[in-house]
Amino acid sequence: MSRGHPDAPTLPDDVLLRVERLTMRFGGLVAVNAVSFDVRRGEITALIGPNGAGKTTVFNCITGFYKPTVGRLTLNRGDQSFLLERLRDHEISRRAGIARTFQNIRLFGGMTVLENLLVAQHAPLMKASGMTVLGVLRFPGFAKAERAAIEKAKGWLERIGLIDRADDPAADLPYGDQRRLEIARAMCTDPVVLCLDEPAAGLNPSESADLNALLRSIRAEDGVAVLLIEHDMSVVMEISDHVVVLDYGRLICDGTPALVREDPKVIAAYLGVDDEEVEQVEREIEERAS
Amino acid sequence: MSARAAGGAAFAEALRDAGVAGLITLGLAAPMLGLVTVTKPEGLKLDPHWPRVAVAVAIVFVGRLILNLTIWKPGRPPKTLVKPKLEARLSKLAKLLAPAAILFAIALPFLPGVERYAVDLGILVLTYVMLGWGLNIVVGLAGLLDLGYVAFYAVGAYSYALLAQHFGLGFWACLPLAGILAAFWGVLLGFPVLRLRGDYLAIVTLAFGEIIRLVLLNWYWVTGGPNGITGIPRPSFFGLEFKAGPDGFAATFGLPFSGLHRIIFLYYLILALALITNYVVIRLRRLPIGRAWEALREDEIACRSLGINTVNTKLTAFALGAMFAGFAGSFFATRQGFISPESFVFMESALILAIVVLGGMGSQFGVAVAALVMIGGFELFREFKDYRLIVFGAVMVLIMVWRPRGLVSTRSPTVFLKEKKAISGSLVQEGQG
Ligand SMILES: Nc1ncnc2c1ncn2[C@@H]1O[C@H](COP(=O)(O)OP(=O)(O)O)[C@@H](O)[C@H]1O
Ligand SMILES: [Mg+2]
Repeated sequence: MSRGHPDAPTLPDDVLLRVERLTMRFGGLVAVNAVSFDVRRGEITALIGPNGAGKTTVFNCITGFYKPTVGRLTLNRGDQSFLLERLRDHEISRRAGIARTFQNIRLFGGMTVLENLLVAQHAPLMKASGMTVLGVLRFPGFAKAERAAIEKAKGWLERIGLIDRADDPAADLPYGDQRRLEIARAMCTDPVVLCLDEPAAGLNPSESADLNALLRSIRAEDGVAVLLIEHDMSVVMEISDHVVVLDYGRLICDGTPALVREDPKVIAAYLGVDDEEVEQVEREIEERAS
Repeated sequence: MSARAAGGAAFAEALRDAGVAGLITLGLAAPMLGLVTVTKPEGLKLDPHWPRVAVAVAIVFVGRLILNLTIWKPGRPPKTLVKPKLEARLSKLAKLLAPAAILFAIALPFLPGVERYAVDLGILVLTYVMLGWGLNIVVGLAGLLDLGYVAFYAVGAYSYALLAQHFGLGFWACLPLAGILAAFWGVLLGFPVLRLRGDYLAIVTLAFGEIIRLVLLNWYWVTGGPNGITGIPRPSFFGLEFKAGPDGFAATFGLPFSGLHRIIFLYYLILALALITNYVVIRLRRLPIGRAWEALREDEIACRSLGINTVNTKLTAFALGAMFAGFAGSFFATRQGFISPESFVFMESALILAIVVLGGMGSQFGVAVAALVMIGGFELFREFKDYRLIVFGAVMVLIMVWRPRGLVSTRSPTVFLKEKKAISGSLVQEGQG
């Protein structure tokens, strides 16, 4: 087992991921400005905000695609803690256990649905294949590990209702199925935190409802914390335990859905409206949420 | 707009396009056809041949105009020669043909009417089949465009030649060493260049191929420079040499001595090496590393998010591809008995890459067929000299127009639950790295 970073701060037990004073600059543009929040164990945390608020940038910092300009990102796996800004992108998935999906779906389109889920289990399979050498020589241990990996993939395909399409190329799936497959693929890496970048974008209401059910089951059955970026307020209000709101790179609100919904700053910022219109927008949100 | 006016516009467009083609021809033909260097008593002189240029330009202009007005009408639907249904049948056919082709290859030296020339040609084709299969790892699976593959072939050849010359090592001892050395150079090249993608990677690998060739050419006291290395030991049949006399191969087996024994042995040697390459590549594809290569070709960013170390994955592709080139290189050295930098020019890299691309990136069978067609065709039409290159270019253009994804364009999944379905080439990425 890999060791964590000994100099990482000790977090309270229920805090899984702590983002502290995260700042990301692109040249003169401050995309994320001193943002701090926690992701707690067993919760669904929503990250919301208008377009360009810096949500995807926060994800890219957490998952190692960007190195933050300033800030500390601590992941607490119980027995060991990691400072994410020191890990390289592939180590963040493998060692810290953070999985993610992308705003523009990134599946391996020319590979089958099943192959997509096997690629996600690369690290354990690679080990079982003796870093390829034993695999080329057809050692039995690898065949066993591969069968187990296929079983795990089958389990996920059943959960997302794609078992019948296992042998089709991923690019042939309808949009909604691709979204769910990408989530299943991320889950196949055995994460402790699942980061989803606008998973409900482009889904119809019934697909959106399926997604909510899937996310709830991931929280309850797999015990995986979910951090999601979402535009659709109804999804956010319905499934999240905790909401973090960004606007122009700054954190403007952090609390329960009920609290966030009441916050006039959020309403004004999130919907980009003048103060006079806030009341009307508030009413609309109320209706949608109920 | 009236039909007449539309027709007029179309004609004007066709005329303009033909005019542009004519101008390009003029630019190309003027120096290439129009000026001929001749040696005169007073030195090298240029003889102008302008009528030839005029004829070439006229042919291109008129030909293009006629094509524009007839076959290439504007708005015509893109034509595909092979319909998806036929495509599926073709890939099934390939599955049946592959074992037949292997049996044929095994029987070839003993078929009636097969002479030394055919076996020699077989050796040459199989060398390129092996090189194609090796490069297929890098280009077809991992999607990394490598224009300097011949460098590793050269490393393999020179490794064997130098190890044999200075340390007296035999072919069998040198074969793995040559592979390892080539793989080592593959990693060495890989480290700095794998941050680059697409065109940049292609250019740097091309340069690397040239650097290796120039080093071989100029490092006189080690490589013999342009004179190359001669007297490379020929392979022995597990210690038995192919020579006349009491302890030679023929005498030991009670056969009359024949120069053909060595050729046939070399043939089976390269056949075995090629089949091992094929086995390993097919096996690798079904291992996590092979899936990671293909995933890398599909989407590198997604790979990183799934915990795949993309640098190591690319390096393994480079190293393994180079290793097979190294094996082929040491075979080349032992077969020729003589090597020089002239055998490792850029044209070789281009040829091997063309074999992989024409065969259908990632398809083992397609690569073998492409090697047979290109190398075999090249040899058969030897008497046409440089016109072969024109035909070669034309065939490449035709295949890329009709089958832009190569002869076998479907991808076969590495694992399946119920049914193995071939994946259409149009869904498969070619890789940007
Ligand atoms: N790689 C980058 N280089 C320069 N600017 C970037 C980069 N990534 C994001 N940005 C900028 O950062 C801001 C926040 O973007 P983003 O995080 O994608 O917003 P959101 O996901 O909340 O819509 C935008 O102004 C965007 O243009
Ligand atoms: Mg975004």
